[in-house]
This record gives sequence, structure tokens and C-alpha cells, in this order.
Amino acid sequence: MSTTANDHGHDPNRPKHLAHHFETLGQQFDSGKLGIWVFLLTEVLFFSALFVAYTMYRSNYPEVFQYASQFLDTKMGAINTVVLLLSSFTFAWAVRNAMLGEKRKLMLNLLVTLVCAGGFMGIKYVEYSHKFHDGTLWGGNASTIFKADPAEIPAEIKEVSEAWNNPEGKFSVAVRDLDPAFRQKVGVFFGVYFCLTGLHGIHVMLGMILIIWLMMRTKRGDFGPTNFNAIDFGALYWHLVDLIWIFLFPLLYLIT
Amino acid sequence: MAPSTNSLDRTHYLNATKGFRSWFMTIDHKRLGLMYLWSVVGCFILGGFFAMKIRWTLTPGVTDFMAQSVEQMNAYNNAFTVHGAVMIFLVIIPSIPAALGNFVLPIMLGVKDVAFPKLNRLSYHLWLIGALLFVATLFIGNLDTGWTFYPPYSTGHTDPSVITAVLGAFVLGFSSIFTGLNFIVTIHKMRPPGMTWFKMPLFLWAIYATAIIQVLATPVIGISLLLLLVEKTMNIGIFTPALGGDPVFFQHLFWFYSHPAVYVMILPGMGVMSELFATFARKPIFGYKSIAMSSIAIAILSFIVWGHHMFVSGQSETMSVIFSALTFSVAVPSAIKVFNWIATLYKGSIAFTTPMLYGLSIIWLFGIGGLTGMFHATLGTSVHLHDTYFVVAHFHFVMVGSALFGFIGGIFYWWPKMYGRMAEGALSKWGCLLSFVGFNMTFLPLFPAGSQGMPRRYAGYTEAAGFDSYNMSATIGSMVLALGLCIALYSLLRSFKHGEKAPANPWGGVTLEWQCESPPPEHNFDIDPPTVDNPYDMTLVEWRGQEEGFLPKNPRSDDKCIADIQQA
Repeated sequence: MSTTANDHGHDPNRPKHLAHHFETLGQQFDSGKLGIWVFLLTEVLFFSALFVAYTMYRSNYPEVFQYASQFLDTKMGAINTVVLLLSSFTFAWAVRNAMLGEKRKLMLNLLVTLVCAGGFMGIKYVEYSHKFHDGTLWGGNASTIFKADPAEIPAEIKEVSEAWNNPEGKFSVAVRDLDPAFRQKVGVFFGVYFCLTGLHGIHVMLGMILIIWLMMRTKRGDFGPTNFNAIDFGALYWHLVDLIWIFLFPLLYLIT
Repeated sequence: MAPSTNSLDRTHYLNATKGFRSWFMTIDHKRLGLMYLWSVVGCFILGGFFAMKIRWTLTPGVTDFMAQSVEQMNAYNNAFTVHGAVMIFLVIIPSIPAALGNFVLPIMLGVKDVAFPKLNRLSYHLWLIGALLFVATLFIGNLDTGWTFYPPYSTGHTDPSVITAVLGAFVLGFSSIFTGLNFIVTIHKMRPPGMTWFKMPLFLWAIYATAIIQVLATPVIGISLLLLLVEKTMNIGIFTPALGGDPVFFQHLFWFYSHPAVYVMILPGMGVMSELFATFARKPIFGYKSIAMSSIAIAILSFIVWGHHMFVSGQSETMSVIFSALTFSVAVPSAIKVFNWIATLYKGSIAFTTPMLYGLSIIWLFGIGGLTGMFHATLGTSVHLHDTYFVVAHFHFVMVGSALFGFIGGIFYWWPKMYGRMAEGALSKWGCLLSFVGFNMTFLPLFPAGSQGMPRRYAGYTEAAGFDSYNMSATIGSMVLALGLCIALYSLLRSFKHGEKAPANPWGGVTLEWQCESPPPEHNFDIDPPTVDNPYDMTLVEWRGQEEGFLPKNPRSDDKCIADIQQA
């Protein structure tokens, strides 16, 4: 066994950022890498229940999903997809910067990533506001139009939007003319939509906190060619968040 | 070379630093393990209190079933719900992996700590938050959903206690995930030179298989509970039939976690048993590879059998038949383990120490628990026995009789390592014996009671139903069991003052944790980490008397001699 095993970190040659319980920087990096991959696996499974919910309700009520998807703003969804892809690119670039010890570029790339993430949340906020304004929400909410019993739909909501009530316009059938059971299932679609995008949004916000923390550490000069673990692992998390959106966008917005 | 003398006055992990912060904010896996241990014991007492409340209500002649008030029945519903939820989420799931696993795993690997010590601390703090939420539940309302939280009942009624309980289980899930993640990485990346996968102690194999389940299954219950919360607070409509949702969908998600969770509870106990049987039969474990692989097989199979909880839920008959067939397959790796343990005992030189008595008890208890599981795998029988006391008896034999007895056996086995004191003696053996007898008196009669139709979760039964004698036996048995458990706890606490000082290796185990001092130094091995060999080659150590315990046999050529002699 090597001599470093028993010095409890007092060896002057021991790298400062090598934790006391690891033997080498390589072991530390490998452990972290495996750890983050296992964590990402748990994240995938965390989302899995909602994807199963989506699959189940869509395969049982394909026509409901087709109809309900028309309420989503495809343009905003597409812009958000581009924004997130760009942020993934800058974060990946940031990893390269950290490896090469380019502190200024690293800072810049992290900043661009953060701005993109903020932009994504901003667009999401606009989308959500529209939904709340129009009442296109899940079935149980009082302000919604998706009630099984038409009598329960508030009068002012019934007339608020031209689009849903105009058979000649965007939609093939007006909301008020839908079969009650059908209308109720549209509410379930929005339940799934808000849970999926909401949970994803929470992950984006957690990612923003992560990026701010990484920027603070960058400023402190923590990262360099021998120590870029946190940036690397943070980027992996961010790519997963991006990837989940890449699935969400077509599944929710692009149903035809 | 292990130290030959032991003194509790030297500096070790227990006295290296002092004060509340040095414990609460520690990243030392040994201290975290101990904090888990005592927290779990505390919750066990809480859960045990509710168990006694249930038994007392069901004692013949104590309450008149037909004359009970609604409040009394609500209190009963609350008692079995809290008992189940506390015992499962706060006691059995963290018991062996988080408490014993944390303490033992890094030492078994000859390293200073788990891969992510701060994450480990976070796990414990999350566990505490989860526990506090559960305790808050007791004061907030009358939690009466059963530990399964099925909608639409859980989401429909207005009692806010469901929110804190579900939130508590959600937080505890993350604690469990982080512990599992830590163990997987530690085992993959930090094994010492020479310890190949098949030279790992079987306890580590069991913990590894457990960690796989924790990491893969727990996120699913996490999201399900989160959705349940959203459903309850905002009526999102995914599970509630009145809003177009599907309540059976929740059952699928729930059991996709909760069936594998059964193996999170039992697998570590099986790991402890493998260690106990090898050490105390003074024989290499029989069928090392098949025991190791059966742990992995159980972990994999655990994910594809959840539907047997839902035979009466209205799922399709085809699915029920498939789940029934798959469920039988779990019996194979489980039986492989039991046969291997028995073969290990065969012609062994068995030492009837306290931990070994717990181990031997489990062969009986797990045998019954496992075999009655077959009744639930069989589709027709399972429908007949659904929601009866037969189910209750079955899972108590597995959860308590196997998992909890394994936990207690493990505590007695590693106690000398934890505190440097022996808790061994007539008292601790009586504790085990009384627990064993009491347990059987409690739960064996519940099999016939259940098969004759006594339903679970009912606040009582009429005299005409004919369940009086079974329930009388169960109540008396539960008191004997409680007495046995109290004696076990007392004998542990007593050892702080009266226990003999433990040598580094009091039992003659060959795994690495017995090669560092008892209690271990702050960084586990002040001496060079020992060389790794077959973890079950009992000829590697020899008895040197009470003071020194077992010590490595030297020089190493001795082994060669023995090997040569054996070959000749």
C-alpha cells in the first residue's frame, strides 16, 4: 500500500483538492464521474413516472392529446428548444475552458449558459401566464374550462377566447361543443403537461443555482487542468435537463 | 499487522473530537452510522408503541368491536397507519444499509470513508427532516390511509396529515437514494488492491444489490408521492377518477417501488447472515459465488413482480398470470441462499454466540416467511388471502423475523467494533430467545386466522368469528417479544459499563473490519491497510486467548503448509 494512505493529508506533495479519503486525483475523478452518472440515472427514473403517465393516457385517448396539444404555443416551445441547446453548447465549451485553465472564457461561457437558462424560464413564464389567463389548465382547477359538467364552467370563461369557440378558426371542434368526458380528459392532458414542464422547470432553476455556484468558484480560482470535476459534472447534469426538454417538446407540442 | 492489545483510553473515532457539532456535522461514516443506529432505534420504539396499541385493541375481551365509537375506530386506523409507515420508511429501510452499512462498509474495504462523505451527511440530515415530518404528522391530524396512501381516499379527504406524511416519505426517499449512490460508487471505485469482485465480503455484495434497488426504484416513489401531493393540494387529476384520472396507475407506481423496497429491507439482512454463518461455523461460506449472484438476481427480479400486490385491483387477467409466474422466480435465489447457509453450517464448528442465535433464528423465520410468500404468488390463493391476516403474518415473518432479526444480529456482531465492548452473555442470549419465542407466538397463529378470513385493518372482530384464541396468543406473544427486545437493548446499554473490553477480532472474522482496532481509529487503519485475501478462509486467523482475541496467523507460509496438507 502506498505511503500516502496513512498520513491523513499531511503530505506536502498531496494536491490541495484531493479529498482525505482518496488515494489519487484519478480515483477522485472516477468516483465523481460514476456518482454523477448514477445520479442522472435516478433523475431519468424520477421523470419516468410522468412519461409513463403520458404514454398511458396518450395511448388510451390519442384523439384527446391531438386536440389538446393545439392549445400549446409551438413557436415558443421551438424557441426554448434552441435556447436550451445553445446553453448546452456553451456549458460543454465551459468544460473545455476549465480543462485548459482559461478562467475568463470559462466565466463567460458559464454566464451565457446562465442567461440562456434565465431566458428559457422567462419564455416559460410567458407561456404559463397565457394558460392561466385563458384558463387552459388542469381539470380540477376552478378557473378551467375543462370540466366534465358544462354547467360548472364559469360564464365569463366560456366566451373569453375566440379561438376555442370558433369552429372555423384554429380548432376543428369548439370547446363548448366537446363531449363532457372528452373535455375532462383534456384536463388530464394539461395535468400531465403542467407536471412535466413544471418539474423540468424546477430542474432548470436548480441548474441555475448550480451555475451561479460554479461561477463563484471560478472567480475564486478553484478550477484548472487538474481540477475541473465540478464543472464537468455540472455540465452532465445540464445536458440531461436539456435532453429531457428535447423529449418534452415533440411529445407535448408536436402531436398531429 | 493488527494491534495485539486494546485500550479504550487511546484516541479513537468516538473520543477524537467532542461536542454536539463534532457529531451532528461530522462526515465520518462511523459516527454517521452510529447516529443512524440510535435514531432508528428511537423510531423503532415509536413504531413499537403503535404496534402494542394495535394488539391491545385486538385482544379478545378488551374492546367490543360492534360497540366502538367512530373516534375509537379512527384511532385504530391511525395506529396501524403510523405503525406501518414509521416501521417501513424510518426503521427497516435505513436499518441495515444506513446504520450498519455506513459503519462497516468502508472498513470492510480498508478505506477511510465512503466516496462522498458530505453527501453521506446530507443523507442523514434528510433522514432527520423526514423523521420530524412524520412526528409532526402525529400532532397534525389523524393519518388513516394505511402506509400505502392510495388515492382517491388519500387525496380526497381533507385531513392535512397526509401532506406531512407524504412529504416525509418523499424526503426519506432522497436520503435512501443518496446512501445507495454512495455505496455503489464506493464499492466500484475504492476496493483495495487485490479485492476483486469475487473476493468481496458477501455483506458488501448484499449492500451493493440493495443500493442498486435504492437507486433505481426510490426515484419512482419520489415522483409518485410528489404527484400525490400535487393531486391533493391542486387537484391535478392524474390519479383522481372524478377528474378523469386513474387511481390504479398510482398503485402501479407505488408497488413498482414498494415491492423492490421489500428487498431493500431483506437483502442486507441476508448479507449479515452470510457473515455470521461463516464466522461462527468457522468454515468458509458454502457457495460464495451463488450467494453473491443470488443477491444480484433478487435485485433484478424485484423489479418485475410488483403486480402481485394488485391481483384484485382490476388489472388485466393476463397481467396477473404473468406477474404470478414471475413472482415464483424470486423463490429460486432466496432458496439458494438458505441452502448455502445450511450447507455452511454442516460439519461446522458452531459457536452459539448471541449474533449467531439471531442468525439461526432467521433460518426458521425466513423459511416460514419465504414459503408463505408462495401462497401470495399463486394467483388463486392470493385472491383468497388478499387483505387478510395471512398477509400480515407473512410480511411480518420477512420484515421483522428476517430483516429486523438480521439487524439486531448485526448490531451484536459489530457492537465490539463500534464501542470496543462485548455485549455477550446469558442476558443477551435470553433476549434473543424470548424474541424468537414471542415472535412465533404472535405471528404463527395469524396464518390460520387469516386463512379463515380475518381481514386486516379492521378495528376488531366479533366473538362468533372464532378468532379469539389466535388473537389471545398473538397479544401474549407480542408482550414476550417486546420483553425480549427490551432485554436485547438493555444488554447492549449495560455493556457500556460492564462489558468486557473487546479485542480487535473477538469473533474470528476474516473480513477487513476485524483487522483494525476496536473501536477503530478516526481514519480506520492507522497501520497499513491489511492485505486482502479470501474473506472466508478461517485458517488465516487463530485464537490467542481472551485478551488478544483472534490474530492473523504468521508467517504466511503456514497457509501454504495447510493447503499442502489438505491437498495431500
